[in-house]
Amino acid sequence: MNYKLLFSIAVHLMRSRLKQTIIAGAGVTFGIAMFITLVSFMYGMNDLLDGLIINRTPHVRLYNEIKPSENQPINLSKEHKNEVNFIHSIKPKDRGKSIYNAKSIIQSLKLDQRVIDVAPKITTPVFFNSGTIEISGVVNGIEVLTEQKLFTLNDYMVDGKIEDLQQNNSIIIGKGLSTKMLLNKGDIIKITTPKGSLASMKIVGIIQIGIAEIDDITSYTSLSMAQKLLGAPKSYITDLQVKVHDITLAPALAKEYRNRYHVDTIDYQTTNSQFETGTTIRSIISYAVGIVLLIVAGFGIYNILNMMIFEKMDSIAILKATGFSGSDVKWIFMSLSMVIGICGGVLGLLFGFVFSSIIDMIPFNTAALPTVKTFPINYNPMFYGIGITFALITTFIAGLFPALKASKVDPVEIIRGK
Amino acid sequence: MSNIVLETQKLTKYFNDPVRMQVLKEIDLQVEHGEFVSIVGKSGCGKSTLLYLLSTMDTDYEGQIFMDEQLITGKTDKELALIRNAQIGFVFQFHYLLNEFNVLRNVMLPGLKLGQFSEEEIEHNAIEHLRTLDMQDQALKMPNQLSGGQKQRVAIARALINNPIIIMGDEPTGNLDKKNSDLVFDIFNELTKEHNQTLLIVTHDPDFANRTHRIVTMEDGKIIS
Repeated sequence: MNYKLLFSIAVHLMRSRLKQTIIAGAGVTFGIAMFITLVSFMYGMNDLLDGLIINRTPHVRLYNEIKPSENQPINLSKEHKNEVNFIHSIKPKDRGKSIYNAKSIIQSLKLDQRVIDVAPKITTPVFFNSGTIEISGVVNGIEVLTEQKLFTLNDYMVDGKIEDLQQNNSIIIGKGLSTKMLLNKGDIIKITTPKGSLASMKIVGIIQIGIAEIDDITSYTSLSMAQKLLGAPKSYITDLQVKVHDITLAPALAKEYRNRYHVDTIDYQTTNSQFETGTTIRSIISYAVGIVLLIVAGFGIYNILNMMIFEKMDSIAILKATGFSGSDVKWIFMSLSMVIGICGGVLGLLFGFVFSSIIDMIPFNTAALPTVKTFPINYNPMFYGIGITFALITTFIAGLFPALKASKVDPVEIIRGK
Repeated sequence: MSNIVLETQKLTKYFNDPVRMQVLKEIDLQVEHGEFVSIVGKSGCGKSTLLYLLSTMDTDYEGQIFMDEQLITGKTDKELALIRNAQIGFVFQFHYLLNEFNVLRNVMLPGLKLGQFSEEEIEHNAIEHLRTLDMQDQALKMPNQLSGGQKQRVAIARALINNPIIIMGDEPTGNLDKKNSDLVFDIFNELTKEHNQTLLIVTHDPDFANRTHRIVTMEDGKIIS
């Protein structure tokens, strides 16, 4: 079959109906552009909101939970072994918050291929003293460089930077705390530990996570400072935060580590199920809107092609009379539709990119995210792939039915009908 | 070698709408090479229907049609399209040029479709045909810029482009005035005389028919002479 000839006929047919063709193409362009813009913006927003919590959360956390012993003494009794035992007023057992043998656990985790890195942490409640007032808060003792690598704390720093914590006796406090206590970078803060000891530390930075509850109480210091504060030995670590390469493995890994290291573990999916749901629903909505736009554009193409075939009945009849078969005619109209789809689609991608770039430049200042200055956009090439694929599928289907109709036109009926 | 270009055997055709009606009754017709045949008859006698059966565009009939001693009854849509393309040239009452293409392109289209020659050769042939019909000056005009007689001459040039074994016409002069009718007849006449072209023309015009080599008269779906 001579596709070049059929294609040139399609182009000529299009040229004689240029306005309609442009309108049909504009429908596709608009649909794709809106789809790209919407999805890029939605995903940018999703990433931002997820980052707010999810980036700050370890994929697997290892810790010691305060809970009653699972094996109560009665279970050891051979006498009552085969009976159901009811025990009242069980009290939790204090095993200490410190993870036993933390150093060797860290070493073994770092060797695990699935793990990006492990960040040890000490969390302890404290009182911040301001004059006569005591404000309760939390001190997080962190290994500065690993913490920055895994949780990019610097993105949330309003003043100073996280590396300054490596200086002796330094602390970074939450924005809420600094406002309440009228303290700024360079000031000294007094801290009372749960064991009653007092300490003075120098503020080297202000951090703002974006969640008021956390910003009002939280503070960061280095791991060794926290240990000093608590008068605890070098091996004292209360949490191990693990980030893994494939986040879907987190629940399985949590279970594996629980059994291997005899500690309590919790995975990211369990801690943040509500965020997952929100993200999924936002994605579904943006895809649904985009696809609806494209389907509407598809109907536009279908309509215009149908009209064109109706107008071009004579031409179709004469093509058939001079030796073009039904499938030739079908190809003419299919290629017509595909040209509209490809041109409209590619222009749509272009406009989509332009629109998203424009949104990317609109100022967006939020107290929650000090480092974000404009609306977030996710320029994932996958969206462009989905966009063009869907444009081609839509125009193919929209063109197929009119093309089949055209291929079945009976030339005798048209020629005799005049 | 037999000289028969077109032959029908017991060709019968029914119209089913609105009631079943026999339009063609066991027609046996032979057209020899180089003949200039006209089919005449009253409206509704089935002469146009016969032509569309012979043209392979209408395949809903009983009986058999042979073209160039080949049975064409029962061939597929694609094979028939190729036969129409390569072996038959058409001239219709209402010119039926493609308004989207210029005159030259209109003439070239069936040739490009057949793809036997290169585009340059086809263009050269098309211009030659237009020249013999005295239309070479109009080659780059669009069809809607031409008069009725000119359009019909372009249609004849298009019919000739693939050197068909037969040219069929459905009232090719039906829409033209006397002067242009004569012109079209002269072209046809010249084709048979100089190029030994076979022609089969359905017409209403007794003047036109009387000047052809052979007149086939039809009545009530039968050939009566």
